Amino acid sequence: MISRAGSSWLGLYSLAVYAFLYLPIIVLIVYSFNGSGVGGFPPQHLTLAWYGLLFRDAAMWNAVENSLIVALSAVGIAIAVGFPAAYSLDRFEFPAKALFRRLVLLPLIVPGIVTGISILMLMVAAGVHLSLVTVILGHGTALIAIATTELYAGLRKLDRGLEEAAADLGANPRRTFFTIILPLMKTSIVGTALLIFTLSMDEIAVTFFLIGRENTLPLEIWSRLRRGVTPEMNAISTLIFLFSLVTITIWQRLARAQPDKTMPMAT
Amino acid sequence: MKARATRFMVALPPLGWIALFLLAPYCILLCYSFWSLGPFQQILHHWSAANYIHLLTTPVYLDVIFRSLRIALSVAFLSLVLGYPLAMFLVFHSGRFKRLLYQAVIIPLWVSYLVRAYAWKVIFGHEGVLNTLLLWAHVIHHSLGFLLYSPFAVMVTLTHIYTPFVVLPLVAALEKVSPELLEASSDLGSRPWQTFLRVVLPLSLPGVVSGATFAFLLSFGDFLSPLLVGGPSSIMIANIVANLFGADYNWPLGAAVAVVILLIVLALLYLTDRLERRWRTA
Repeated sequence: MISRAGSSWLGLYSLAVYAFLYLPIIVLIVYSFNGSGVGGFPPQHLTLAWYGLLFRDAAMWNAVENSLIVALSAVGIAIAVGFPAAYSLDRFEFPAKALFRRLVLLPLIVPGIVTGISILMLMVAAGVHLSLVTVILGHGTALIAIATTELYAGLRKLDRGLEEAAADLGANPRRTFFTIILPLMKTSIVGTALLIFTLSMDEIAVTFFLIGRENTLPLEIWSRLRRGVTPEMNAISTLIFLFSLVTITIWQRLARAQPDKTMPMAT
Repeated sequence: MKARATRFMVALPPLGWIALFLLAPYCILLCYSFWSLGPFQQILHHWSAANYIHLLTTPVYLDVIFRSLRIALSVAFLSLVLGYPLAMFLVFHSGRFKRLLYQAVIIPLWVSYLVRAYAWKVIFGHEGVLNTLLLWAHVIHHSLGFLLYSPFAVMVTLTHIYTPFVVLPLVAALEKVSPELLEASSDLGSRPWQTFLRVVLPLSLPGVVSGATFAFLLSFGDFLSPLLVGGPSSIMIANIVANLFGADYNWPLGAAVAVVILLIVLALLYLTDRLERRWRTA
């Protein structure tokens, strides 16, 4: 379609875009080993000292632990609520179904800050003190939207013939659900859980308003960035990057078992 | 009858959760926006549109709203400028490296938002990588002060964060353009750029719209990048909400600003939804 010359210009341009996408990440990683501070070119005195500092940083690891607790609980909530929601949207007709669908998906498109302050107001109205529990409720609720879209897509791809066969062979709906639908949905559920886990580990906008005394990892990093930057932030960022890379590899492996799987998109 | 009971049991928990933790909070938000703050910082439950009138008649707030719209539009536009050629390359010219190159677009999405915003602070800072590199290479003799703490820095950071989001729907849209159409166009004597303008671009418009909408919405409601790399001159509308709910402590006014954000977002979605529907029927 495009001439050879046009094609190589496109290639060069794309290379530049990749550079734009990766340059900041590379800079972060390189400067996490920089002995003489956050900036400065060229990097000097390569050292592992910032990683050493990070590993002795009790507050940071406490925040990591909090984030893990929040993310795992949010995964639990989002799947536990999102699965029946997706199932109902896929299989049932009920009053106000269209409204329900729009409402569930709202956190995908509404800025996190709006969802965050809304849930904050509910908590205040109910007299609930802010703590990790309120953060968990906020994450869980905001991420139900992702769980519902992903699991709905998974349910759509199921072969209905298998369920009909099970019913013909005398299985009741409950048995069909546990022996046919649930096992077939396993990869979809695990993939969704991984996605929600990663998103929760990175969530700030909702967390910002629901946090009590205990910080999650992004909020701990955030409060330190506001105070001033040290390459220790680069070190933790590099570790987060590596962790995300491992997660995405696992996710991709799972997705490959399920063709047509794409990133969730609000539509 | 039993099937109906089962349905009820399945659908009720998610309905209840959403009603309690999503619908109720949004309703409370709406209520707050019509209340006001008393002399002792207490919430007065008198209903009035005073907060909205205050917002729409105070130039500072209007300026911030327009700045947010401007920044979000620029980010959507820049992401398209960067993303569209990349998506074209991925779909039509990447050959056997397609899968790998596609994943390379997704990977930055999985890198923490904060990490990526922070990276630009490191690059743009007064003693940052870019300034020191340029000084070292004798391109400049004094650090460039305008890089960090400017709307420019916010735009670059947000464009960096949201470009992958734009590439994904573009790739999905371009992949639907069948090679036969391209051949037919070229057989009928079109030059490559004519084929692009008349065949490829129109067919990819749904992807353009959904990608641009996504980038616009996400950056419009952002309040972290302005705080981290933007400085006072690039305060966005979500920062106002954050301030009113934090240090300034005026929840009713903050709620009204949040409702305005919500209305702008919903209006844009309504518009793009109608556009897409029109294309589908056309």
